[in-house]
Amino acid sequence: MMGYYMDLALRSLRHNKVLTALMVLAIAVGIGASMTTLTVMHLLSGNPLPGKSDSIFYAQIDANPPLSPSHHNEPPDMLDYQSAVDLWSAHKADRQTLVVESPVKIAAQDVQQPPSMGMLLSPTADFFTMFNVPFQYGGPWSADDDTHRSRVAVISADLNDKLYGGANSVGRVLRLHDADVRIVGVLKPWRPTPQFYYVVGGRFSHGQTADYYAKPQDVFTPFFTSLQINDGNFEQFNCWEAPKVAGHLVGAGCVWIGLWVELGSAAKVASYRNFLADYAAQQKAAGRIGYADNTRLRNLMDWLAFNQVVPSDVRLQTWLALSFLLICLCNTVGLLLVKFLRRGGEIGIRRALGASRKQIFMQCLFEAGAIGVLGGTCGWLLTLLGLQWVRAQPVAYADLAHMDLVMFGSTFLLAVLVSLLAGTLPALHASRIAPALQLKTL
Amino acid sequence: MDIRPILSTLRRHKFTACLLIAEIALTCAIVCNAVFLIGQRLERMDMTTGIAEHELVYVHMAYIGMPSDGMARSAADVAALRQITGVKSVTMMNQIPFGDSSSNMGLRIDQTQQKDTINSAQYFGENMVQTYGLQVVAGRDFQPEEYQDLDKVFAGLRKGDLNALPKSALVTQAVANRLWPGQSPLGKQVYVGQGIPLTVVGVLKQLARPNQFEKGAQYSVINPIRIAMSQGAIYVLRCAPQDRDQVLKEALAKLKALDPNRIVLNKGTEDQLRHNYFRNDRAMAGILLGVCIALLVVTALGIVGLASFWVAQRNRSIGVRRALGATRRNILSYFQTENFLLTTIGIALGMVLAYGINLFLIMHYELPRLPAIYFPIGAVTLWAIGQAAVLGPALRAAAVPPVVATRSV
Repeated sequence: MMGYYMDLALRSLRHNKVLTALMVLAIAVGIGASMTTLTVMHLLSGNPLPGKSDSIFYAQIDANPPLSPSHHNEPPDMLDYQSAVDLWSAHKADRQTLVVESPVKIAAQDVQQPPSMGMLLSPTADFFTMFNVPFQYGGPWSADDDTHRSRVAVISADLNDKLYGGANSVGRVLRLHDADVRIVGVLKPWRPTPQFYYVVGGRFSHGQTADYYAKPQDVFTPFFTSLQINDGNFEQFNCWEAPKVAGHLVGAGCVWIGLWVELGSAAKVASYRNFLADYAAQQKAAGRIGYADNTRLRNLMDWLAFNQVVPSDVRLQTWLALSFLLICLCNTVGLLLVKFLRRGGEIGIRRALGASRKQIFMQCLFEAGAIGVLGGTCGWLLTLLGLQWVRAQPVAYADLAHMDLVMFGSTFLLAVLVSLLAGTLPALHASRIAPALQLKTL
Repeated sequence: MDIRPILSTLRRHKFTACLLIAEIALTCAIVCNAVFLIGQRLERMDMTTGIAEHELVYVHMAYIGMPSDGMARSAADVAALRQITGVKSVTMMNQIPFGDSSSNMGLRIDQTQQKDTINSAQYFGENMVQTYGLQVVAGRDFQPEEYQDLDKVFAGLRKGDLNALPKSALVTQAVANRLWPGQSPLGKQVYVGQGIPLTVVGVLKQLARPNQFEKGAQYSVINPIRIAMSQGAIYVLRCAPQDRDQVLKEALAKLKALDPNRIVLNKGTEDQLRHNYFRNDRAMAGILLGVCIALLVVTALGIVGLASFWVAQRNRSIGVRRALGATRRNILSYFQTENFLLTTIGIALGMVLAYGINLFLIMHYELPRLPAIYFPIGAVTLWAIGQAAVLGPALRAAAVPPVVATRSV
């Protein structure tokens, strides 16, 4: 029976090639556009630390002094030096790391390559374990290296490829700004999406958040070491008082450091919240900060949501593509209806010869399904083309645009769903055709 | 034309008619908003900077080590760059419109204010007015003796010594109108942060900030401060548009020869900066345009499909009407009117939907309200497309001979 229905469907599709092509094209374009944007959405809104994101928190207090003009209802996105170091060195969480990013000049003395500019991330030792950072060679530095301001560094796979051709470079010496550091670890290719540990200022970015998807920094050195070797190159997130020396922010009236903590249980989260509140209250009593009850402890996904990491252009494109699919769907329903009703005579004969309503319905649905499969296949090809186009765009997330298994499956699911949705109503109409009336007009 | 027979026919094709109306309504709503979004992007890309955009090239460099005599070396660099044939003017600036860095400051008109009145871009560098091609509409440009070195300014800030700080400023008309509406800004005092006073000596017609245009695209102030390359300055050279490539090449060679111990971070023309700055907007406008065209084509094809079906289905009744005396013109206008009616209902629903989508966009994307002019334009466009799409099938209907009526009845 199935084979017969399929045969009927293909015959009918071949009968009016232009109409068939039109319907397949409409579904294909609608699906291609929707799946391209949904794939990008899926990539950009995923969880960068699956399984662990619930225990990772971003700690904030409002470091503004009393009556500061930059005080708002929300605390600043980052901390000043004093608060950051106080909170970090209290070691009240399971793990904790400070983060600050700065541009740095990188030179490798034993390689014949001109010096270049790169980005330096200055975390503390826990960063690598907290965020499951994968190592190719060597490993992270120790907590002692943090406190002793050791001149050590971890470098990215990209930088290792560029400077040392991908060889094991542990133990070699890199020149950062004016200081020599010893490489202790080389990362495996690592592309957290987004670069979650340094997402700040989303609410001021007016939806232009594509840069949150940039590649990780080239070099990582211990926080306190970085303050020495790259002094003068740090950038403030915000200041209530101009720094006395540009780029030197220790002790300045500026917020510029992020603090991440790992808290393994709800009880620990609650006690860390109290710790933050107590610290803020104590600092307010000391007169250093002006707003004690303005602390936050958001978990990773909440922090990303708060910063609206998915660029507004991407969200807009997704809405656009989905409404485009809806219009294509309307169009296909209309055309299928035309097609089935036009064959009223043929359907009437089949009914007169004994086909049941259900059989007619199934036959029509098969035809709609065939269009869906064809449209889905073309739509999948168009999605691949669309992703290729996204990769050619000048955005930080361009290199991420690939189709994974989930999206591959959803494309076909969507195609069949769309065509069945498009086919049901016209098939229902067709199966209700009264045979006598149709036969009379033949 | 009597529309009653059309309505009674449509009543027998409720489902198909509703589908067509829904499709037209959705298309109308989305196209109106998409065209509006395109307009917004184009408007953004069209912004004026007030500088001689086609005549500027820039080089941004960094030292590998830190030189001790930064200011003297920079002066030597500028002198050498001036020697290049075709160069009209050279300066060292802290920032450039559409560049990636931005230096801003909060301005107040009263020292006792708690919050800044505006946030403005802070430009500094010698000779900026001449090199950037700015237009001073009131007051004067800085005198040579007004300039201070940036390192001395920083030292003054550290010590709290106001004498080491610059005392004058050039402001744009936009800043002047915001701070002192209706008054002459010349000689007025403006305060940076909590208390550094600046006296306005001149007003610029226009000068855009480097980026962050949402804070006020034309809120810019120039201070008479000299900045050295070692402090992050950018070399900006002005020359005739056709000389730009040559000048850039020679400038790079010259800078390399003067001191090989530095890296070029960035270089190019101001036109390239603008091009790169707006590339996302351009891509998005392109996508929106593509979607609009695709939607209109899909909708037109849908109309053609349905109209063809109706014509074929009513073949015999057309024949009967023709036999009873209806002219070809009557038949043609019957289908045209039918399409006009459906399109009109679709457009009416579409307008409501367009307004709804616009409200959604206002809430989520900080967009302005859809101007009323989009509604009549959208309506006329869809009417035109509907009529064009139905013309083929309607002509086919008009060509049905009356003799069809006599067949197989």
